[in-house]
Amino acid sequence: MRVSMGVVPATQELTEGRRVRDWLGDRIMFGLTLVAALATVAIMVAVAYKVVRGADLSFQAFGLSFVSDSVWDTNKEVYGAAQFLFGTAVTSLIALLIATPLAIAIALFLSELAPRGVRGTVGALVELLAAIPSVVLGLWGILVLGPFVANHIEPSLHRSLGFLPIFSGKPGSSGIFVASLVLAIMVVPIVASICRELFLSVPSELEEAALALGSTRWEMVRGVVLSSSKAGIGAAVILGLGRAIGEAIAVTQVIGAGNSGIHASVFATGDTLASRIAGQFIGATSKLQISSLFYLAAILLVIGLLTNLLAQVIVRRFEFQRVGAD
Amino acid sequence: MSAVQPALTMRGDSRVRRRRIVNRLAESAATIAALAAVAVLGIVIFSVAKRAGGELSWGFLTEDLPTFGQTGGGIAPLIVGSGILVGIATAIALPLGVLTALFLSEFAPRRLSAAIQLTIDLMNGLPSVIIGIFAFGLLVYGHTQSAYAGGFALSIVMLPLIARSTQEVLRLVPRSQREGALALGVSRWRIVVGIVLPSALGGILTGTVLAIARAAGETAPLLFTTSIFVNQLTTDPRHAMPNIPVQIFIWSESADPEDHKRAWASALVLIVFVLLTSLLARLALARTRRKLSR
Amino acid sequence: MTQVTMPPMRPVDVAERREASPETREPVFEIRGLTARYGTNVAIKDVNLEISRNLITAVIGPSGCGKSTFIRCLNRMNDEIGSFDHDGQILYHGIDLYGDGVDPVEVRRRIGMVFQKPNPFPKTIYDNVAWAPRVLGLKQGLDERVERALKGAALWDEVKDRLKRSALSLSGGQQQRLCIARAIAIEPEVLLLDEPASALDPIATASIEELMHSLKEDYTLVIVTHNMQQAARVADRTAFFSLDVDESGRAGVLVEYDETTKIFTAPSDKRTEDYVTGRFG
Repeated sequence: MRVSMGVVPATQELTEGRRVRDWLGDRIMFGLTLVAALATVAIMVAVAYKVVRGADLSFQAFGLSFVSDSVWDTNKEVYGAAQFLFGTAVTSLIALLIATPLAIAIALFLSELAPRGVRGTVGALVELLAAIPSVVLGLWGILVLGPFVANHIEPSLHRSLGFLPIFSGKPGSSGIFVASLVLAIMVVPIVASICRELFLSVPSELEEAALALGSTRWEMVRGVVLSSSKAGIGAAVILGLGRAIGEAIAVTQVIGAGNSGIHASVFATGDTLASRIAGQFIGATSKLQISSLFYLAAILLVIGLLTNLLAQVIVRRFEFQRVGAD
Repeated sequence: MSAVQPALTMRGDSRVRRRRIVNRLAESAATIAALAAVAVLGIVIFSVAKRAGGELSWGFLTEDLPTFGQTGGGIAPLIVGSGILVGIATAIALPLGVLTALFLSEFAPRRLSAAIQLTIDLMNGLPSVIIGIFAFGLLVYGHTQSAYAGGFALSIVMLPLIARSTQEVLRLVPRSQREGALALGVSRWRIVVGIVLPSALGGILTGTVLAIARAAGETAPLLFTTSIFVNQLTTDPRHAMPNIPVQIFIWSESADPEDHKRAWASALVLIVFVLLTSLLARLALARTRRKLSR
Repeated sequence: MTQVTMPPMRPVDVAERREASPETREPVFEIRGLTARYGTNVAIKDVNLEISRNLITAVIGPSGCGKSTFIRCLNRMNDEIGSFDHDGQILYHGIDLYGDGVDPVEVRRRIGMVFQKPNPFPKTIYDNVAWAPRVLGLKQGLDERVERALKGAALWDEVKDRLKRSALSLSGGQQQRLCIARAIAIEPEVLLLDEPASALDPIATASIEELMHSLKEDYTLVIVTHNMQQAARVADRTAFFSLDVDESGRAGVLVEYDETTKIFTAPSDKRTEDYVTGRFG
């Protein structure tokens, strides 16, 4: 029941039609935006649902032992995820070991060290590194990086550190090591740009206070910048980890699609969860094989969501901490 | 007589010297790391440019794909195919992303807002291979591959990017302007259309361009939905559509050096498109941010 | 009310007041027992007052006493705050503003507001004034409407040659006058001004105050100000709010409401006297 304000004349009365259109427009806009937001959530839910449903056949056949079984035989139709979990773990670990110190160093360069003009240019170039499509990086990995590593780097590692099981195998231009290098190239810009924002947000008064006490620039960075950014760096690394875990195309191009189980040597070929899915899908014929690939996807989804969630939790907690400290 | 103070030389002892050396080392390490990153970028681009060199020509961009075994030919169908796929993806992701961002910024109650925000952030980190396999399960399994399926998969890649960048520009529109319009007796939807969106339009546009640059280079979503080899130019979205990233992928795994050459040339085309649009969009975004925060 | 002999007061510029003639006694607002809360915090308690037509009514008082809350109740801007709730009535020409079926949009059409910090839209000067009328469907004679509004805000001469320039190119005082023009372009009956000059320099402030004298011919003005001298210069009636501290907390209350001359020369309440003589606040 609308009370007509017409009792109080406005100098020019709004038409009834205009009022209705106002009200209707508000309702429609609310409805449209609500539907869009719900559709977004629905897509996310649908992704999870479809992937899990697709794994159903394979789950019926192998149950949870799929996760620990390291045989993947398309002829005998026996499938298991263990060697890919291993591949994912090893490639991500090596990639992070290489990328994290590099990324932090780059972020420090961009936030503390570089003169104004250089900061912008180098920063933009590092971001461009992230923009390179993964298929192009993979192409470069197959035809340029792989052979280079196989001919120059792996032999020296094998010669000097070959007693270590991880460097024991025969050098080759595709394998876990090359894949880890390619992943490191992808992870560095992600971690670096987050860390750069982090370091830039450290209040300059704190930095000046440390410098005024006579510390060197590096000591100031270690004591003020890095120590107050620990949580943020952790979140950045986890987001980088998420990227490494999820990368399928570039990895499948350079990792060699090894199928012989779990090996200690990083020179061996192998596969990660993501790369096996991408690599085998085109040629997959049997329903069980396809379902097993879905099973791999479901495991990847769970791991991916958990790492992403962990990063989000840290970011939200960390943001409050930083803001609350003001 | 009082003790004489030793003269201040300001020169420091061996401990200070060691700290200075450590400092110098740390600075060098940071600089080297930054240079290494730039170097890798340069090496990759240089490799692609060098190996693509001979193959790239006007004919390459405009001719049809070579039939099996032949040399020559071009990637015109791939360019057209990628264009259509990205077009379909944008048509889905742009309205969904902008409307979702509007909901979060203008209409959403607090609790719902947090849940949707989290969803967008999770979707952002979703591995594209999972998006591909999802689109396969939803639209391809039991039917055929199609550009609709491929475009849909790409839209899931673009959606969180567009939503987030739109949210960022919407936040930059000051509350005081919304308040001023409200006090004039203007209804909510007219405020969004007349005040909020016009200010945010530039940022929405550049955010979309960045999302397009990202989607243009994605392979995994298309591998599962539109990767059957199609020899010629197709524009019918109901069928699988040839596209640049999947073709590069296929050529890269081939043993034929001719295929490698084509892969390099296509990679150069893709890189130039992606890097140029990314750079331009980021510059425009920086300008929009400066304008709106004045 | 006993007359209290006052010790020498701070010099306050008390201008000539228009004698309130019978027509201007017509109440535009009747506020009865208004209590406003944000969640459990009571902002103002049991306010009773009448605001009369074509007069300037000033609301003064120390910070935190609920002046802004009070004025925002008059055009339902407080609706935007989720935790806002109220008791009592605000009658506008006899209609309860918060009654069932009353559309806040209609309320704000008739009761306009100018804010503390000028907030012009990022549009041209012309479009700033023309946008709301256009959007509300008052499309006839838009050019004349814009000109009238800008003249009414004493801005026309300064901007008539550059209507298509961005509003953000104006000075602070000009931007605020533009906001006033924008508000009167839709022909409201009442103008609420929430500390309209506190973000402006003294010269711009003077121009706004001068403007208010001419505006009251056509509009009813309610102005919140923390500047007592401004209230004394400009307002016909003044309402003094203060903080009332009791067991349940702090809340703003209306202490005294009267002709401005009386408030500043012979206030009835001791709290008023203390405030206007600068003893506190």
